[in-house]
Amino acid sequence: MKHTTLTTYGTLVASAILATSAMAQQLSGAGASFPAPIYQRWASDFRKVNSGVQVNYQSVGSGAGVKQFTQGTVDFGASDAAMSDEEIAKVAQGVVLLPVTAGSIVVAYNLPEVKDLKLTREALAGIFLGKVTKWNDPLIAKANEGVKLPDLPISVAKRSDGSGTTFVFSKHLAAISPEFKEDIGVDKSTDAWPVGVGGKGNEGVTALVKQAPGAVGYVEYGFAAHNGLSMASLQNKSGNFVKPTPESGAATLEHVELPANLRIWPDDPSGAQDYPIATFTWLMLYKKYPDAAKLKALKEFVTYGITEGQKVAPELGYIPLPAPVVEKCKAALATVE
Amino acid sequence: METTTLQQGGIKEFRKGPDFFRVLCWVASAATVATLAWILIEITKEAWPAIKAFGFDFITSEKWLPNREKFGVLPFIIGTATSSFIALIFALPLGLAVAIFLSEDFLPLPVRQAVRFTVEMLAAIPSVVYGLWGIFVIIPMVQQFGAWAVTAFKDTPVLNVLFAGPAYGNSLLTASLVLALMILPTITAISRNALVAVPGTLREGAYALGSTRWEAIFGVILPTAAPGIVAATILALGRAMGETMAIAMLIGNSSRLSGSLLAPAGTLAGLLANQFGEAEGLQVSSLMFAALLLVIMTLFVNMAGEAVLRYTQKQTAGIR
Repeated sequence: MKHTTLTTYGTLVASAILATSAMAQQLSGAGASFPAPIYQRWASDFRKVNSGVQVNYQSVGSGAGVKQFTQGTVDFGASDAAMSDEEIAKVAQGVVLLPVTAGSIVVAYNLPEVKDLKLTREALAGIFLGKVTKWNDPLIAKANEGVKLPDLPISVAKRSDGSGTTFVFSKHLAAISPEFKEDIGVDKSTDAWPVGVGGKGNEGVTALVKQAPGAVGYVEYGFAAHNGLSMASLQNKSGNFVKPTPESGAATLEHVELPANLRIWPDDPSGAQDYPIATFTWLMLYKKYPDAAKLKALKEFVTYGITEGQKVAPELGYIPLPAPVVEKCKAALATVE
Repeated sequence: METTTLQQGGIKEFRKGPDFFRVLCWVASAATVATLAWILIEITKEAWPAIKAFGFDFITSEKWLPNREKFGVLPFIIGTATSSFIALIFALPLGLAVAIFLSEDFLPLPVRQAVRFTVEMLAAIPSVVYGLWGIFVIIPMVQQFGAWAVTAFKDTPVLNVLFAGPAYGNSLLTASLVLALMILPTITAISRNALVAVPGTLREGAYALGSTRWEAIFGVILPTAAPGIVAATILALGRAMGETMAIAMLIGNSSRLSGSLLAPAGTLAGLLANQFGEAEGLQVSSLMFAALLLVIMTLFVNMAGEAVLRYTQKQTAGIR
């Protein structure tokens, strides 16, 4: 693939420049853009406590991250969609998946007069299926008694580029609506969706929502919080309406039973106070590293990320990992040699 | 005769050895042609799985569904063509008017130079800046106009299809308006050059025969400059079709077909920019196929332009 070769050259050039500027141990990673801010923060914080290691993370997208990791041009990869079994089979050294950070995806809306919108599962699916087209639709009004909903058309904002955010969001919609699952299905792209204007990246969708009264879209929690967007409370599996907060996201993650390969999406969590759309995002490490110094540096960096690094998660809009997940990550990290 | 051949021989004698400048020119032009061929071959090679899988259906199908492995680009081809065409409808009269204004002596020379410089500066603005400007300026305008147009043209045939609601801000109209502004300097600069190049004797002849200034402009100067104006239009169309960043930010990137100017649409260039990063397998091949189609479309436009240019040049050769 041409584009991966290009980014590969980019990595090589970047690491060559860095190598000449410092004799520190180099670690290079590439992948998902969603966790990029926190990985880059870890890299700079880690350098302060351990100046011998320099981590260079490139935010190139989950798909490109998996490709570069498979080709072996980086020391670690990162992906919102983890790696499928087929993808793992292509990596000869073996793969260890580590869910090192997590985030919520929120439904942001632009209705200046409505402070706390509640969306039922039917209403949420209906909006993104193009069935619910007005804000004063009975399906929405039912859950918002006492709120004066305007007679405005709903304009849906979605991602125009392929993204892990869309993947996770459509996974939830497919879990709550058989119709969405049948007609549209889970995907990284939104081309099959019957409604919506496409914006590029979280910032594109944020701009679309901010601009037009009556707009609704899905973005990562951090983006919505930093831009002051109104976020809807969503109805979870037990029927409660839950506001997206770092606490409700953490509640979701606490109830997730991680399987042996640590790869799971809580696409419809069942806890009473669980926020329905929260997801882990993964680091991909090889099972074996021939270079002992590199292995040591990598282990130290990842350990830093899943312990100390979790403290910066809330301020950057991510969910701190629950303690059991940290323990499982540590155990998995110990298997890397 | 004899002396000239002698002189030429003398020069050849003087040079001795190979003509390096000639070699350099040769290599440069060969490399240009080879690069185009190389690009086409590489894209075709990468696109081959999609060409084999979909063939002609790729162009006529309107379903682009990566998770079902179904790919068709009809909406994007139509979006590319209509957005460029609408941009041209806005930009051509405006650009030509500016060009006429700048080539005649309506205003003192310093003022004309200042206007000309400003218009040509529009070409120096990066695409992404046009996109951002479009988001903050054109989108709110189009939204307001759209809301008005939807109710005003509700019962007028044809117009009620062109301006069917709901009026989105990110729409074909928004993208076309910004595109018109982006191609304006191309049209103005090249048309102005063509108008200035019209021989002064023609102009004087027209005045001598008693024509007014406007009769001279429309009857003599414009027809004489027609080949240049056609060239300007075609170059502008080519630029409009390949424009990516600003369009991806403004058009709404939808793969649904709609007759409304106020609905989101998509272009081939925008599709590539949006989806390449996360594409895998057959989707990559399909994007390459789409790129191939875009190249063919722009090549076709340029070739058609060349043909028209030659034809009009022949037609106007008599009066030059």
